[in-house]
Amino acid sequence: MKLDDVQRIAHLSRLELNQAEAEAVLPQLQAIFSLVEEMQAVDTTGLEPLAHPILFIRDLAQPLRVDRVSESDHRAENMLSAPAQQDGYFLVPRVIE
Amino acid sequence: MSWHNTPIALMAKALAAKEVSSKELTTYFLDRIEAGKRWNAYLDVNAHLSLEQANAADALIAAGKGGKLTGIPVAHKDVFVTRGWKSTAASKMLDGYLSPFDATVVANLGIPSEDNPSGAGMVCLGKTNMDEFAMGSSNENSAYGPVLNPWNAQYVSGGSSGGSAAAVAAGLAPIATGTDTGGSIRQPAAFCSLTGIKPTYGRVSRYGMIAYASSLDQAGPMGKTAEDCAMLLSAMSSHDPRDSTSLADSGEDYGRYLNQPWKEGNTNPGKPLEGLRIGLPKEFFAEGLAQDVANSVNAAAKALQDLGATLIEVSLPKTKLSIPVYYVLAPAEASSNLSRFDGVRYGHRTKEYRDLGDMYQKSRTEGFGAEVRRRILIGAYVLSHGYYDAYYLQAQKIRRIIAADFQAAFNQCDLILGPVAPDVAWRLGEKSKDPVQMYLEDIYTLSTNLAGLPAMSIPCGFNPNNLPIGLQLIGNYFSEARLLQVAHQYQQASDWHLRQASEVA
Repeated sequence: MKLDDVQRIAHLSRLELNQAEAEAVLPQLQAIFSLVEEMQAVDTTGLEPLAHPILFIRDLAQPLRVDRVSESDHRAENMLSAPAQQDGYFLVPRVIE
Repeated sequence: MSWHNTPIALMAKALAAKEVSSKELTTYFLDRIEAGKRWNAYLDVNAHLSLEQANAADALIAAGKGGKLTGIPVAHKDVFVTRGWKSTAASKMLDGYLSPFDATVVANLGIPSEDNPSGAGMVCLGKTNMDEFAMGSSNENSAYGPVLNPWNAQYVSGGSSGGSAAAVAAGLAPIATGTDTGGSIRQPAAFCSLTGIKPTYGRVSRYGMIAYASSLDQAGPMGKTAEDCAMLLSAMSSHDPRDSTSLADSGEDYGRYLNQPWKEGNTNPGKPLEGLRIGLPKEFFAEGLAQDVANSVNAAAKALQDLGATLIEVSLPKTKLSIPVYYVLAPAEASSNLSRFDGVRYGHRTKEYRDLGDMYQKSRTEGFGAEVRRRILIGAYVLSHGYYDAYYLQAQKIRRIIAADFQAAFNQCDLILGPVAPDVAWRLGEKSKDPVQMYLEDIYTLSTNLAGLPAMSIPCGFNPNNLPIGLQLIGNYFSEARLLQVAHQYQQASDWHLRQASEVA
């Protein structure tokens, strides 16, 4: 991993790192990835990735609910923590000129 | 009456016999919380709301409608959204956040109402401190300062459920909820001399639990005894249609085996664990384990042997690899989960910004702490084009090997025993400069989360500096009641779990 990679993934993550911060975090990430490299020595040919631990022991049916209205109107409560709002909408900076 | 030394099993009896009211208990703990602020165990307390719930609980008891837990106070880790209290996950990102709904865990334990007819009737004492978004092993990653260890204020409480651990250890709550993604219930329980259990993945609903790594996160109780944990877990666990990973077979009485011998029909009172085969993985006792910890854990194994169990050596060959596997998968899931924090609908929004992109970027950078940012970066990297197969998929494949290794071990034994952590609690600040150093401390706890297995932490001794040592028991899928049974039998024959921190009045 190089400094360019740090800036690239910071941008992907929508995080801002100035030059000094990127330089400080780089050796930390490098140390973590030298640990991660140990995984490459394991032969995993033919193995399926395990994304959900219970899938290891049994199949899981995707639970589906009956298609009916189950929620009442919580708009006012849901807006309580909005950083900026107007007329029941979340306000963001203008996107379309 | 010193209620802070009283297990909730006895508190329940006192409430049922009307020897004490929920209001008296709640006032007692609120006073202790006020006097015990130095531990920094709580992030939000609201005495008025707690007392309102206590009055409701007392009314239920008076009307003969109380359940086993009605009126008993409980503290919730701040990762569970809770109506009326702030829910921040110890992050600046959620500073002051008020949730419009209760997490299923909070509702299951809370005062019953029309919307929540099956609530257990417990009283919320407040929200406990934690590592930000549950990312950490020492509670030093909280945006609101570290939690101090009630056994020695110079030492960390463990993490990420450090506030819950310190609250119970300092007598600021009789029991608490926690969550465990890579050891976050078991390790702070070990560092603060508590009993805690992480159930099988899917036993407890994750609805309203602020997500860190969704395929690993699981909630559980942290208390004084295995019996207390069994009571709380029975009420926490339920099938929840609002969590697609919640298992249909979730609700059960996890305390049903507590006072029974391991083998049905065994009438030898001195050997209740006859027939139990306990596996000791050799990798859990290899280099890196502190001698004091090894001694206490071996003594605990011997004590279980004296109760009738057989000890055998087993192998979990990929134990060391669980660290890189976890530190790829958990950050990958975290980077995805935490993308929801954009300063639009809730959470921190920066003061000045040029446009929408700038607003996202500045809000996220200001809102997240250093460790959270680090894990988001790792996650974005391992999921990015060109690295996905080598890192993310490779980790998921090794995860399958780790789960299979456990099944091979369980062919030889009924449960697995080892230490919770390589050493006791460390001094505040000792490991915070080197993230890798901190990650290595999770070596004995990560693999059970990767496999989705239940595991618990039980007090089993102290080092010469009087810092607690935890014993870990790992069971096969859905064996929580059996784990709690063995822990309970051990606690009938030992008194480590009854010791009180000397710094706690």
